[in-house]
Amino acid sequence: MTADALSLTINGQRREVVDALPGESLLFVLRERLGLAGSKNACEEGECGSCTVRVDDELVCSCLVLAAAADGCSVTTVEGLADASDGTRLADVQQAFLDAGAVQCGFCTPGLLMAVDSLLEHDHDPDDLTVREAVSGNLCRCTGYGRILEAINLAAASRRASGEWDVTP
Amino acid sequence: MVDTVTVERTETPTARIGDSAPRPDGVPKVTGDFVFSSDLWHDQMLWGGTLRSPHASARIRRIDIGPALALAGVHAVLTHEDIPGSPNFGLDRPDQPVLARDIVRYEGEPVVVIAADHPDTVRRALAAVEVDYEPTEPLLDPALAEDAPPIHPDGNVIRRIHLRHGDQEAASRPDLISVEGTYEVGMQDQAFMGPESGLAIPDGEGGVDLAVATQWLHTDRDQVAACLGLPADQVRLTLAGVGGAFGAREDISLHIHLCLLAMHTGRPVKMCYSRDESFYGHVHRHPARMWYRHYATSTGDLVRVEARLLFDGGAYASSSHHVIANATCFAAGPYRVPSADVEGVVVRTDNPPCGAMRGFGAVQTCFAHEAQMDRLAAALEMDPVALRRQNALAPGDVILTGQRITGTLPVVEVLDACAGHPSAAGGPNEPMSRPGGAGRTADVEHIVRGEAVALGFKNLMFSEGFDDSSEARCVIHRGSVTVTTACAEVGQGFVTLVQQIVGEVLRTDDVVLEPASTAFIGSAGSTSASRQTWMSGGAVQLACEAVRRDLLARVADQYGVLVDDLALFDGRVVGLPNGEEPTLAALTVEPLEATVVHQHAPTLPLDDRGQGDAHVSFAVSAHRAIVDVDPDLGLVKVVELTTAQDVGRILNPLQALGQLEGGAAQGVGLAVMEEVKVVDGLIRNPSFTDYLIPTALDMPPLEVAALIEQPEPGAPFGAKGIGEAPTISSTPAVAGAIRAATGLDLPRVPVRPDDIALASRESGLSSEEAQ
Repeated sequence: MTADALSLTINGQRREVVDALPGESLLFVLRERLGLAGSKNACEEGECGSCTVRVDDELVCSCLVLAAAADGCSVTTVEGLADASDGTRLADVQQAFLDAGAVQCGFCTPGLLMAVDSLLEHDHDPDDLTVREAVSGNLCRCTGYGRILEAINLAAASRRASGEWDVTP
Repeated sequence: MVDTVTVERTETPTARIGDSAPRPDGVPKVTGDFVFSSDLWHDQMLWGGTLRSPHASARIRRIDIGPALALAGVHAVLTHEDIPGSPNFGLDRPDQPVLARDIVRYEGEPVVVIAADHPDTVRRALAAVEVDYEPTEPLLDPALAEDAPPIHPDGNVIRRIHLRHGDQEAASRPDLISVEGTYEVGMQDQAFMGPESGLAIPDGEGGVDLAVATQWLHTDRDQVAACLGLPADQVRLTLAGVGGAFGAREDISLHIHLCLLAMHTGRPVKMCYSRDESFYGHVHRHPARMWYRHYATSTGDLVRVEARLLFDGGAYASSSHHVIANATCFAAGPYRVPSADVEGVVVRTDNPPCGAMRGFGAVQTCFAHEAQMDRLAAALEMDPVALRRQNALAPGDVILTGQRITGTLPVVEVLDACAGHPSAAGGPNEPMSRPGGAGRTADVEHIVRGEAVALGFKNLMFSEGFDDSSEARCVIHRGSVTVTTACAEVGQGFVTLVQQIVGEVLRTDDVVLEPASTAFIGSAGSTSASRQTWMSGGAVQLACEAVRRDLLARVADQYGVLVDDLALFDGRVVGLPNGEEPTLAALTVEPLEATVVHQHAPTLPLDDRGQGDAHVSFAVSAHRAIVDVDPDLGLVKVVELTTAQDVGRILNPLQALGQLEGGAAQGVGLAVMEEVKVVDGLIRNPSFTDYLIPTALDMPPLEVAALIEQPEPGAPFGAKGIGEAPTISSTPAVAGAIRAATGLDLPRVPVRPDDIALASRESGLSSEEAQ
């Protein structure tokens, strides 16, 4: 038995999914049906954050969201972070992760990038504890988080310096 | 024809040794394009799954695969009867069934594997298999294993080493101070993020290709081929993107199962473990019980160390032989110990199998010997740092195995740098930064702070005569360098190092690193034991240098000059008397190629007294931990970690920092959070909900006090492997700091809230009692 076709807007593009089983998670549909394997599956119970995406601007673990529940929603994945008009131009958070050495095995990286991008959109000058709390739902086993925290500082500083934010209260 | 180029002395920025060169796989890893093993895909593929024993110990009376086979969409249901070659596999010796036949020896042992058209079909088919088990009494206590009836034809003692060093009567003097303790380390999981996964594709000619996340392609290949009953060249393993490893991918997991299913169905088969299955699907760090007695003179000179080490190997041998050797050889830490009696025993039980994890045996004993050093310092009324300094090993000294240290070993340097580094730790003001954090936050007035320093000590590379080599090939064609090695990149940054080595030796950034595969090149050995920078980095260096020599000889021959007058600079050969600077591209229209096998200096087996020159090289590290503890709640916040490490030479500062920070996090995890809880042989917490690893809120900042650069003789570029040391000394530093804060013994890691809270109550430290 299949559900009715799902209609998702993913990274700005309308995508129809006709053959998903009703119980399939958004993560499964992204990875296995739409070929967007950037979102990772490491625990399938919302603990590790590797599958983090945005659904209508809300940060979610896509392993815990039924694909059917995202029907009609706008979904942003790691594949949608870089400038789509120029495939080579990385988003500031992506560049900051590279510059700071925040990538080792890289498995947690897509989920962390989504979490950081969302954090910096909502908080222009987060202090250390705010940053740590914001990414505490994203497990990383390689880095011990030091370079990741550095990357977040770099990205925040570059957004402030670029004038993207008016940081005056 | 040779190009003539204008002389300009500004070199293009080619990554060199010592640079914080960027990862070549960095961009695809931040865009989501990097293909991890769990991302592998084939249009015709089936999904595989594994049925595992729910019992720690049972006889299998009957397996009925009929109901599973009858399900629509199921393509194969395989049992032990379907294994064409060797029924057993094993990293060190083939003692583990590919699929259980008549007995299961641990919870999670594979019994049946299935291939079907959808993961849901796999799940339903696994549920439909009927296995009739007769549960038997499991052997659970490692202390009883030796005298218990054997649970395996190979017996219950996997290995015993009885090391005796120096004068065995050394402790008979009446004027010595001695301290004694019994310590315990719980079972730690590597908890890499990317679960076990792979894709096997039959080649249509009787062979199979397997893409898989692993640490050592060639030993996997040999084990897979043996079980498939195929010659090694019909089984080709290629490295798929590896989501961390830390030792857990040194053993076979789904490799043979996938190939069996692919060969049986004639279809590509993908398998990907779920997180809970991953806890059953790989070996863990050995739980250990360790008794120690240290003897010292009243002025603090160590005289003798006695220890009894009991490691629980679980149901199968894995690398237990070598883990217990490391535990035994490094049982006393980086100290001069003239006399020792250390017995290391690793036994077989019906608990989960244990094997390699970062630090490999030295982690467990480091926790114990550092607790002993603190205890000895207290008995002597000495400063713990001063006691360590007074007894620190130095080049020229001998270790417990009688082996003399001929390389570098800056023990005093790392100790002093770390212990003397100013602390930047602030007070426990913010609730989020206190013990308990956002949960059960500690009251400021209940918090006690403690500080401790620990040293860690371990070998680099494999030991005891293991023939440890790595093969690499370097080809230059039309100026482009292609490097081939089977070294497994697991996140550590070997791929970056290759760019840097080529940049250093051949002065070009036009480098392609071929996929790591058994089809292309000989073994690189394992990505473990802090060995790949030395072994495969060295192989790449030698291959590049051979090509460089041939290239310069070609130019010297062509122009009638001496090789010694020539040099490489920015993709050109310079030094010709006529001022020409031919490019690498022009010089290598005919390709140049070199393939080398790099071997380290030979090592010897340990003799029957545990003596011998069994190791290649050694490294030492220091950690200082500052912790806040709420003794009532038993909660700990690690406030600050400081480290200094013996690195030989830093090849990539940014990557080195990543190793130090990441390794320390795993040590903090073992100290206060991480334990695979095994009750009656059953894992009770096989999930990230219940097996907790440090988050960004748990990890303190890591201050790097010093990286001691004393180039190691014989090591490529003088560099020591740096991956393991950070995990070794961080755990005892944190545990020592909790002891310093509370005055409690705390002889076990992880230190659990109960350990602190209940002991605090008994000791009167609890604020409730104080009132």
